[in-house]
Amino acid sequence: MPPSEAVKLIKDRTAIAGIGQTMFGKGLPDSELSLACQAISMAIDDAGLKPSDVDGLVMFSMENGREVEIARNVGLGDVTYFGEIGYGGGAGCGTVGHAAMAVATGQCEAAVAWRARKRSAKASRPWANVDHRLGGAQQWSRPFGLLRPVDEIAMLARRYMHEFGATRDHLANVAIAFRKHANRNPHATMRDKPLSREQYLAARWISEPLCLFDNCLETDGALACVVVSAERAKDLKQKPVYVHSFAQSIPQQHQVMTNYFNDDPLLGPSYACAKRLWANSDFQPKDVRVAQLYDAFSPLIPLSLEGYGFCKRGEGATYTDGGALEWPDGRLPTNTAGGGMSEAYVHGFNLVLEGVRQMRGTSTSQVGGAECCLVTSGEGVPTSALVLRR
Amino acid sequence: MASGFLLPDPTDDDAAPFWAGTARGELLVQACARCGQRRLPPRPMCYACRSIEQRWERLSGRGSIWSFIVAHPPLLPAYQELAPYNVVTVVLEESPSLRLVGNLVARPDGPINEVDPKTIRIGEPVKIVFQKVEDIYMPRWMRA
Repeated sequence: MPPSEAVKLIKDRTAIAGIGQTMFGKGLPDSELSLACQAISMAIDDAGLKPSDVDGLVMFSMENGREVEIARNVGLGDVTYFGEIGYGGGAGCGTVGHAAMAVATGQCEAAVAWRARKRSAKASRPWANVDHRLGGAQQWSRPFGLLRPVDEIAMLARRYMHEFGATRDHLANVAIAFRKHANRNPHATMRDKPLSREQYLAARWISEPLCLFDNCLETDGALACVVVSAERAKDLKQKPVYVHSFAQSIPQQHQVMTNYFNDDPLLGPSYACAKRLWANSDFQPKDVRVAQLYDAFSPLIPLSLEGYGFCKRGEGATYTDGGALEWPDGRLPTNTAGGGMSEAYVHGFNLVLEGVRQMRGTSTSQVGGAECCLVTSGEGVPTSALVLRR
Repeated sequence: MASGFLLPDPTDDDAAPFWAGTARGELLVQACARCGQRRLPPRPMCYACRSIEQRWERLSGRGSIWSFIVAHPPLLPAYQELAPYNVVTVVLEESPSLRLVGNLVARPDGPINEVDPKTIRIGEPVKIVFQKVEDIYMPRWMRA
């Protein structure tokens, strides 16, 4: 795939100038709107901007606080660009990428992207709030008891293990690596809870072949970042983190989450996303020394390692052997703040902020000498990804 | 009487003929009336030739297990009562790209937790059966 014309407009033309996040927890008293406003406010302060400087907003379609509410709470000026990205966990890098495009094309000068979420209450889990009668795609899976996202991914995981010889030990590699990083991150939900291989293998099943520790956390919290032009970022408070490349994908014949109905369900959205991402990037997978890969469930990691080109198809599971994903000595330290499985699950937006910290040099598991960081959003749904550069 | 299970809407815009088929004990697949491309799940337009003309073709109801899970709590109440239970994806014998999600059962009207999950294998041959739940006939799978 040749680089797109947009590369001239996008590559390194914008930068993430500010980041903000609330505490992560269960049962936080504040509303999602309040959490969103707090994270955005912190991101604006972090950049050294004023609320009236912000004139762009990009959010997840699933966000409960709307753009107008954000603008009149945080005290923004006139907003001249706003948009939203669908498909839940696939949206995170997309919101940042759209913010970058809006700034690069002059539709606004400072754009905020964010995610706020309260998921720790059982009643807030989307799969528990379903109508008795189902139409559309859901009627082909949910009536049979394939109810939760974990069930939908477990179906693909079993097939993956069957086709490529992956085992639970490989999935444990993923869970343990991310937990080790969380243990080094004072903001991580699992900062004080180590995870051994024995604990992993003894954990209760959720959806065989996946156990408790193959799942992300359920977290309340919010995160935000501010995107401005590269020139402006150089004059602001923080070291700029450049948006180097950005891509999204809805692969051919894809069905959201229950992607069982095309020729090859194990060729997930990351493959199509990766083609555009790397075509528009000066960095290639061999140049990437740190990554933040979307980890709602552990099997998404081998699928993403394959899709984004770190190994060949079917080799993603064995890639994780020998501590490959672990800081500091692994060949690709991944989810260095703990990720969705051990830091917080805020639809992957915490991965974006950890990517920024890696490029600023402020991660609690800082990878020395990394020139760029790959950040990805949900595999298994229409997705997006970023290459951030320092 | 309400079963507590989630169920399809038999009047669904695209799938109504499928559910009319199961009520007759038939497994039907949507096919393009112009180019013959089969598509599952059903949808309004043929992705191969963009025709909106369609027909429904009867399949053999034979296939094999492509993958499966065993679901454990927490689950919706009606399902949690039966946990752990299996959910299988079956690849239909007519095409490697035609698949259906369902449950492997020991009897046409048996519960979804009756087959020992430890005995389920990818590749096992299965055949379709139907069970009436409320007002709809649900496809299920038995070992062939």
